[in-house]
Amino acid sequence: MNCDRVQSLIDSYLDGELDLVNNLEIEKHLRECSSCAQSHKNRQLVHDAIQSSSLSYKAPPELQKRMRNALRQQKNADMLRFLPQKVAWRWLAAATLLVAIVLITWNVAAILTAPSANETLIQELLSSHIRSLMVNHLVDVASQDQHTVKPWFDGKLDYAPPVVDLAQQGFPLIGGRLDYLDSRTTAALVYKHGNHIINLFILPSASSLSSYQNTSLTRQGYHLFLWHKSGMTFCAISDLEESQLQHFVQLLQQQLASS
Amino acid sequence: MRDQNKLRRFEQCVLPHLDAAYNLARWLTRNDQDADDVVQEACLRAYKFFDSLHGNDSRPWLLAIVRNTYYTWRQQQKIYETATAFDEELHSTDDESANPEDVLLQHLHKQVLKEALENLPVEFREVIVLRELEGLSYKEIATILAIPLGTVMSRLARARKRLQDYLAHYQNKESLFEL
Repeated sequence: MNCDRVQSLIDSYLDGELDLVNNLEIEKHLRECSSCAQSHKNRQLVHDAIQSSSLSYKAPPELQKRMRNALRQQKNADMLRFLPQKVAWRWLAAATLLVAIVLITWNVAAILTAPSANETLIQELLSSHIRSLMVNHLVDVASQDQHTVKPWFDGKLDYAPPVVDLAQQGFPLIGGRLDYLDSRTTAALVYKHGNHIINLFILPSASSLSSYQNTSLTRQGYHLFLWHKSGMTFCAISDLEESQLQHFVQLLQQQLASS
Repeated sequence: MRDQNKLRRFEQCVLPHLDAAYNLARWLTRNDQDADDVVQEACLRAYKFFDSLHGNDSRPWLLAIVRNTYYTWRQQQKIYETATAFDEELHSTDDESANPEDVLLQHLHKQVLKEALENLPVEFREVIVLRELEGLSYKEIATILAIPLGTVMSRLARARKRLQDYLAHYQNKESLFEL
């Protein structure tokens, strides 16, 4: 290895960046060439002087604090950028509109489909009739005697339901029952015709049913007959044929009128 | 959430090298305030490109960003490095053995060395800082400067030679120390 070559590699040698072969050759040359050895020594001195002078600057303490703040701002700015404002507002507007439409539709539909007050009461009457057949709770007081049934209601109701017997006409009274309808305790009289049960609900004038005077209705295969008399609302419900139910009602109305 | 996590990882990964970043920026700009600005700008850039780190050593990566930021900043500021006060031709010495640096250099104090380094052209200054102050390998320096390994070698050799000559010249001129 000649001097020029050694001179060009002397820093790499100093920094330990040479491969083993070059390293050995330079070591050998430096032992033999005083000029190159001097160069190496001088370079080593420069290196040592820098190393021993602690020339490194330290970051000012407040720089780190400012860095952290700047990074947080950058992070927030990034998050906003990922949500381009134009698009965001457009989507927000669309979403708001959609929500508004859904809410309005929902409410309108709810209003339109909500059962009216009279229909609600009719459903209550019907449910009560069906329940009385289902749960083996047809009557609270089992008696064919109207004079037993009528007093039984005393003290249980704040009104006195008229009780008539129609046994001779083929509709025997079989008892009475308390029910809870239209947010109050009500009387139900139970009649029988053959195997058919008739529930006669009697409650103080239900205003929601005032439009049904002598009205025949059919719900879920049951027939209902509604009328008002003497401040009372009557509702007969049965699975009897409609004409038979109307016959029952006629008989009942006659009896009530005469009694 | 993801951003919060990214920020935390970034701070754990990068902030430990803030001194190194500042040291490089300070030597490049040769000014406290400018070094501050460059480091801040570099860290924001680093944060932006943090995903490109891919688990590599974060120190050379950050230093490369600091260096690039400095050059961009310098262009924006229209700062052109004033020609170095040191004229290589004038002070260059071919005869190594004729200079008694081996005696003199040992007595140089920090201020002279600092001045010598500050007066180096920036391309020599940065290799000295990266090698001597930051202790990076030639390979790391080559990556940071985006130059071949051989160029790192020759540039570092020339940089050291310039320092050596500057110091020798200073010694001769001032005659502060015994010859």
